[in-house]
Amino acid sequence: MRPFDYHRSEDGRDAVKAASEKGALFIAGGTNLLDLMKLDLMTPSRLVDINRIGLKDITPTDEGGLSIGALVTNSDCAADPRIREDYEVLSRAILAGASGQLRNKATTGGNLCQRTRCYYFYDPDMACNKRKPGSGCSAIGGANRIHAILGASDECIATYPGDMAVAMAALDAKVVIEGQGGDTRTVPVRDFHRLPGDQPDKDNILEPGELITHVTLPAPAKGRHIYRKVRDRASYAFALVSIAAVVEMDAGKIASASLAFGGLAHKPWHDSAIDDLLTGEAPSEALFDKAADILLADAKGQGSNDFKIPLARRTLKAVLREATGERS
Amino acid sequence: MTRHLKMDTPATSRLLDELPSKLTGKPMDRPDGPKKVSGTATYAHEWDIDGKVFGVLARAPVSKGKLVRIDKSALDKLPGILGVFSEDRFLRNPAQGTADEAPIQGVSEISYFGQPIALVVAETFEQARHGAHMLELVCEADTDGVYDPEASNLSPEKPEDDQLDQGDLDKAMAEAAFTVDSTYRTPNHNSAAMEPHCSIASWEGDQLTLYGSYQMVKYNVNELADSLGIEPEKVRILSPFVGGGFGSKLGIAPEAVAAAIAAKEIGRPVCVTLTRQQVFENVMRRSESRQRLRLAADETGKLTGLGHECLVSNLPGESFHEPVLQATHFIYGGENRRLGMEVARLNRMCAGSVRAPGEAIGMQVLENAMDELAHTSGIDPVELRKRNIPETHPEEGTPYSSRPFAEALDEGARRFGWDKRNPKPGQQRDGEWLIGMGMAVAARVNMLMESKARVTLNKDGTAIVETDMTDIGTGTYAILTQLCCDMLGLAPEQVETRLGDSNFPKASGSGGSFGAASSGSSVYLACQDIRGELARRLGCSEDELQLENGNVSGGGKDSALTDLLAGENIEAEGHIEPGETMEKVKQATYGSYFAEVAVNAVTGETRVRRMLGVFGAGRILNQKTATSQCYGGMTWGIGMALHEAMEFDPRDGHVVNNDFAEYHVPVNLDLPQLDVVLLEERDDWASPIQAKGLGELGLCGAGAAVTNAIFNATGVRVYDYPATLDKILGGLPELEMA
Ligand SMILES: Cc1cc2nc3c(=O)[nH]c(=O)nc-3n(C[C@H](O)[C@H](O)[C@H](O)COP(=O)(O)OP(=O)(O)OC[C@H]3O[C@@H](n4cnc5c(N)ncnc54)[C@H](O)[C@@H]3O)c2cc1C
Ligand code: SF4
Repeated sequence: MRPFDYHRSEDGRDAVKAASEKGALFIAGGTNLLDLMKLDLMTPSRLVDINRIGLKDITPTDEGGLSIGALVTNSDCAADPRIREDYEVLSRAILAGASGQLRNKATTGGNLCQRTRCYYFYDPDMACNKRKPGSGCSAIGGANRIHAILGASDECIATYPGDMAVAMAALDAKVVIEGQGGDTRTVPVRDFHRLPGDQPDKDNILEPGELITHVTLPAPAKGRHIYRKVRDRASYAFALVSIAAVVEMDAGKIASASLAFGGLAHKPWHDSAIDDLLTGEAPSEALFDKAADILLADAKGQGSNDFKIPLARRTLKAVLREATGERS
Repeated sequence: MTRHLKMDTPATSRLLDELPSKLTGKPMDRPDGPKKVSGTATYAHEWDIDGKVFGVLARAPVSKGKLVRIDKSALDKLPGILGVFSEDRFLRNPAQGTADEAPIQGVSEISYFGQPIALVVAETFEQARHGAHMLELVCEADTDGVYDPEASNLSPEKPEDDQLDQGDLDKAMAEAAFTVDSTYRTPNHNSAAMEPHCSIASWEGDQLTLYGSYQMVKYNVNELADSLGIEPEKVRILSPFVGGGFGSKLGIAPEAVAAAIAAKEIGRPVCVTLTRQQVFENVMRRSESRQRLRLAADETGKLTGLGHECLVSNLPGESFHEPVLQATHFIYGGENRRLGMEVARLNRMCAGSVRAPGEAIGMQVLENAMDELAHTSGIDPVELRKRNIPETHPEEGTPYSSRPFAEALDEGARRFGWDKRNPKPGQQRDGEWLIGMGMAVAARVNMLMESKARVTLNKDGTAIVETDMTDIGTGTYAILTQLCCDMLGLAPEQVETRLGDSNFPKASGSGGSFGAASSGSSVYLACQDIRGELARRLGCSEDELQLENGNVSGGGKDSALTDLLAGENIEAEGHIEPGETMEKVKQATYGSYFAEVAVNAVTGETRVRRMLGVFGAGRILNQKTATSQCYGGMTWGIGMALHEAMEFDPRDGHVVNNDFAEYHVPVNLDLPQLDVVLLEERDDWASPIQAKGLGELGLCGAGAAVTNAIFNATGVRVYDYPATLDKILGGLPELEMA
């Protein structure tokens, strides 16, 4: 591990200031950043510890939703009675991720910013455009079973590996960000993560030194909440395909639907055309197939991840069956 | 005093069954348990040695080529750096188990990506790791590296002693009522022991002490001495606690030699611990395999022919190849046989022993083929196996020693409710899940190895057992204590077992499942010798002697034990050697596995719902530690069936998934309640204590029970392990709305 400077902040303002220096990074739970530093993959010159700046509460918003502090741990968030009751999909998604120990440390802000699990990103001796722009992408033509089938570029085919953000994308949550000048901006989770394009080193839209302070959830969405995560073992594995769905039925028809997908792309995937297609329709296999057609229209496998295409279709249809069927 | 036994004839007495104290076999808690759970058992990394500094190995960044030079300039400004070492005595890879000499050495020739070619030593671990990252290893890469064992331009070696052609298999296949001809593939596995490999080397003059995590101390001393070019007498190895080995700590490894070289040069003890990534790319892998199985059977399902031909791989120059055919030779009949082995030479990390080398993947695939035969012939899988139990060894004609093969099948089928299985695949549904049952046979060769132990009966009536045998989590401390207690009539608190110090008598070490029976026999013999001496002192025959609660009696006489000792210790060494019983009979262990799985009809995800293993391995020395070994083995079986696979980059052969996030072993949620039944058995041919090896039997076919159950659930036969969902997906039914 390279030597680095350590600064512990007691409030957000100080943290943002302390992070203005080039090469500075915030550290929250450290469950992702420390691993990467040990392997010499991320080499911050300064760590700004934000664990004592507060932001550990979940509070109601004026709009009838909730505001989740960036330092609320994944465990606390998933266990919060309001989240469990009104935003079940979020609670389920968080609990489908990592392990109990990790969730106790992992924070809301850190989870949003977790980096890809691409094998080559994790190996300092491999070419990787995300780690070292311009060096090439080893995953193309290599081992890519866990890689993207949607929205990839010639420069990077990595996925965003998280679960929490997929549920937040389905819920249309917003990320509240405090910038270097102290000003605040709000970005939908759906737009927070980026597609790799020709700048795969940028995972998301955060500028250097910007601090996530909150994630706000809109007023509770009615209907059935489902988070289905398909993976290589029963627990403690990243999603091959995951689907967050909030679907409301009314008189045999789909009154509203909001779906987001994990494991498929460099960001939680949301396509409003799918939600629009479903809304107002009576559920049928044909309708579900059409939804899958939209999702997978531009899907492209890389060889060992080709299976994700049929898997995503089958999983989507099963989720829609469950969301629109009789409650058992 | 020494008592020596060469196992040339079967044991004629079963003393352990006649002694008044019958602790052996009981589920006694491990005496080392409290130390382990309270963190006071000292593992290799934890030795608190004055002046200890840290070394981190640096990896070759090419797969084949030459190290041209090492540029250390970036390290000049770094704090704490004490030196960079790289020389011809460095090991290319670990020694194979029981090698007893140095493996291939040298850093200039690079044979695989990640080969450790330099060691950076610093005051702290963090400084050393930083140094290792900054070190520039200038290498010249060759373009002719070989990474694919099945590449068409390769001509694999055919080891002479691993080919068999008996009768006419092609003819048998042509004339058979039922045949199977299938090719399976199994991936590379890593032992993935919890404790990463570690050595601390410390010199006093020309005397080296190595605190290491090693399984076979007596061999490791010679391997280390040979690697360094010093006399074995100058080397002491301490390995009292090993946090899992599974074969990956059999032979001396690069970190030990590098630590010793650096420690000598710097004049301070050097500790080198592998990172998890290094464990994945530097220690032994279980070779991948391609296995073609051919079975020919008559109308009754009786085998007339058996073919098993496989391809495995290793680095150039390695003598070991995965002994895939080990159990195929003796488990089933069939007079026409072709067994063949091919070894491809690859520029991939070294292949060596990983728990149950050979049977783990050989039995797994053979048992898949048997399931195919059962399906094709319409004969129940359990019944099919029973019809093919040979009377004598089908190739050598020798009889078998104790063999509870049919018993394990019957007992397993009965307990599991096998009669409820629907032989037709894909018939049972539970919501989205398809349910199926499968079974497989367990078999593993049995070996006895030379082993010595010293037992000291102290004048106060307590005893000490000393041997360089190791406890790699298996329960050696417990079983040797139990044997000594029974033999000398003592309570567990009165016996102290000391292990893993090369200054103690030389044992078999832990490997090949032979540790418990071999080292147990040596303790038994040492105790027998003490019993003989006590009988002489009391004036009775050894057979008449009774030892109980500190009392000695026999031949109508009795005495307090301490009186007979008369203020002096009695010390005896036991020495067991394998002998002709290994050739006169075929010795092996047997069992059966039964599994019920649920396969998700949408996604192809498989969950094991329940699993039973029934095993016969001679006398069970401790019910609890033996059962734990079987739990562990069956867990490995589930992992091999569903999860575990090292992935290698097709372009340079480096290990791609080198951490626990991406190398998947089963987690708790993947495991159902595992049931283990240990059969009551004594094998007089195996050892004087009638025990056989058990440590590996739990995974010698276990995976096949799971994949056979997947076939029963879905009709999908997976030929390419592991059975991840992508391999099942294509064969699943389309679901509709309810
Ligand atoms: C073995 C393993 C398995 C896992 N499995 C899963 C899984 O199945 N599903 C899943 O979703 N996740 C999984 N995770 C990832 C885990 O959820 C993340 O590591 C965790 O959420 C990161 O949170 P943290 O607080 O520890 O972040 P840190 O490691 O502290 O930080 C991560 C990044 O976020 C930045 N950051 C942190 N807080 C802020 C903030 N407030 N504003 C701006 N930037 C910030 C940091 O600078 C850093 O770059 C797994 C992790 C491991 C190690
Ligand atoms: S997929 Fe992206 S992260 Fe992976 S090697 Fe390519 S550029 Fe790097």
